[in-house]
Amino acid sequence: MESVAEPVISVRGARATLGSRPVLRGVDLTVGRGEVVALLGANGSGKSTAVRSVIGQVPLTGGSVSLFGTELRRFRAWSRVGYVPQRTTATSGVPATVREVVASGRLSRTRLGWPSRGDRAAVRRAIELVGLADRSRDSVSALSGGQHQRVLIARALAAEPELLIMDEPMAGVDLASQEILAGTLREQVAAGTTVLLVLHELGPLEPLIDRAVVLRDGCVVHDGPPPRAVGQHALPGHDHVHPHAADEPLRTGLLS
Amino acid sequence: MEFLQDPFMQRALLAAVLVGVTAPAVGIHLVQRRQALMGDGIGHVALTGVGLGFLLSTNPVWMATLVAVVGSVAMELIRAYGRTRGDIALAMLFYGGMAGGVMLMNLSGTGSNANLTSYLFGSLSTVSDEDVVAICLLAGFVLLVTVGLRRQLFAISQDEEFARVTGLPVRALNLLVAVTAAVTVTVAMRVVGLLLVSALMVVPVAAAQQVTRSFAVTFVVAVAIGVAVTLAGTVTTYYQDVPPGATIVLLAIAVFVLFTALATPLARRRSRAVEAAAGAAGTECDVDVPATRRPAGDAAV
Repeated sequence: MESVAEPVISVRGARATLGSRPVLRGVDLTVGRGEVVALLGANGSGKSTAVRSVIGQVPLTGGSVSLFGTELRRFRAWSRVGYVPQRTTATSGVPATVREVVASGRLSRTRLGWPSRGDRAAVRRAIELVGLADRSRDSVSALSGGQHQRVLIARALAAEPELLIMDEPMAGVDLASQEILAGTLREQVAAGTTVLLVLHELGPLEPLIDRAVVLRDGCVVHDGPPPRAVGQHALPGHDHVHPHAADEPLRTGLLS
Repeated sequence: MEFLQDPFMQRALLAAVLVGVTAPAVGIHLVQRRQALMGDGIGHVALTGVGLGFLLSTNPVWMATLVAVVGSVAMELIRAYGRTRGDIALAMLFYGGMAGGVMLMNLSGTGSNANLTSYLFGSLSTVSDEDVVAICLLAGFVLLVTVGLRRQLFAISQDEEFARVTGLPVRALNLLVAVTAAVTVTVAMRVVGLLLVSALMVVPVAAAQQVTRSFAVTFVVAVAIGVAVTLAGTVTTYYQDVPPGATIVLLAIAVFVLFTALATPLARRRSRAVEAAAGAAGTECDVDVPATRRPAGDAAV
């Protein structure tokens, strides 16, 4: 395993509260260079809070986070990190094209300056990577849910990051789009990108994942090889009823 | 074009063009972050500045700018850090600003009700040379920010959390938007009046986005609409005795209605063009969906 090399993400004893409820209760998480790590867990187990604390969007009440060996508080090299937030849409109050939204991901390199020819080429490449080149001039409001998610991933890729952090990239994405996203991610991983992603179930990404970290009630309950095939349905405390995954197909007789 | 000879009219037209450019340029960022009514709130607060200006016998435009900037920074801080009932705090700020302005203007000897009305609803005939200088300087600042930093402002308004992770100084840029909006309100104050400022920030943007697909084009079309309606409104007041602010806002709303009516046929034409292009390229409706699970025929009914 490559995980013995310099850790890209190192979380030590992270504690966080939302309101008065403890959400993270001493989470340890290490992601080595080139590793693909999935954070699994039921709703409310603290997965999203954990990744958001890694990028400094949730203040920790205890413990420490460092990225690329630098303590988060002093970390400034944000262009090395690509973040895909948990969103169902990429729209805002004013129309914007796919290219405009993706270009905002490049700002971690251009900062307050003007984009160069190289920046524009990087934005174009990121759009091609997610297979939306023919839609780059279209308004994001005209896209489907899966395409929105692809726009958000292209936005993260526009900065050509070494580390991708994704919060439920497959939420609300149909199977065809999931396959395209998995293909995009496979190329990134092959090029050496480190990935930390929150998943509800492994799905088509399963073959890519080196390690799974399972959270339950803000604690790590599993850190090792992904629970193959069964995904998180076999995890304790899983109460999610999946419409297609019942062991015995159920037909009510009304429609079938 | 006889109205161009009139020095009053020259000043009024210059002020109108600057307002027509700056108000939608800032407004688009407010609309994008779904704070369309922020301009209205700043307008209320700016009224206290006008009253203070009269009371202290200083230029009301500069005093209104100062107070509006303080008020908009307070609003932004409430938005960013306020936990619960942020809207109540904002309401206090709005109505307090309004009441403060009326009170201060009555306390000062020079401020009359006629004066108050000219600030509330705009009065082009009373625009002085001094006002024009102030408006030019403030408009220059607004344009520098909204055009020079449009990519960064787009990013923070589009997705604030993502923008923070790109390492942009989001807090500073948010404050800059608030200050720029406050400055725009005072720029537009003399032309359309404080009560109608927000309309000129929002309505041209709302009209433009009926027919546009990109942020950049929306920006340009909104500014074009802004300039067109402010100029048309100002010229109208030369020939007809109508209030400039109300004329300009009604024209802007007329443009909005027109663009909304145009939107549906335009979208239909675009979709036909896309369909034609797809047909020419031989694209079919069928896409391979990977089959992962075979249907099992052993369902118990």
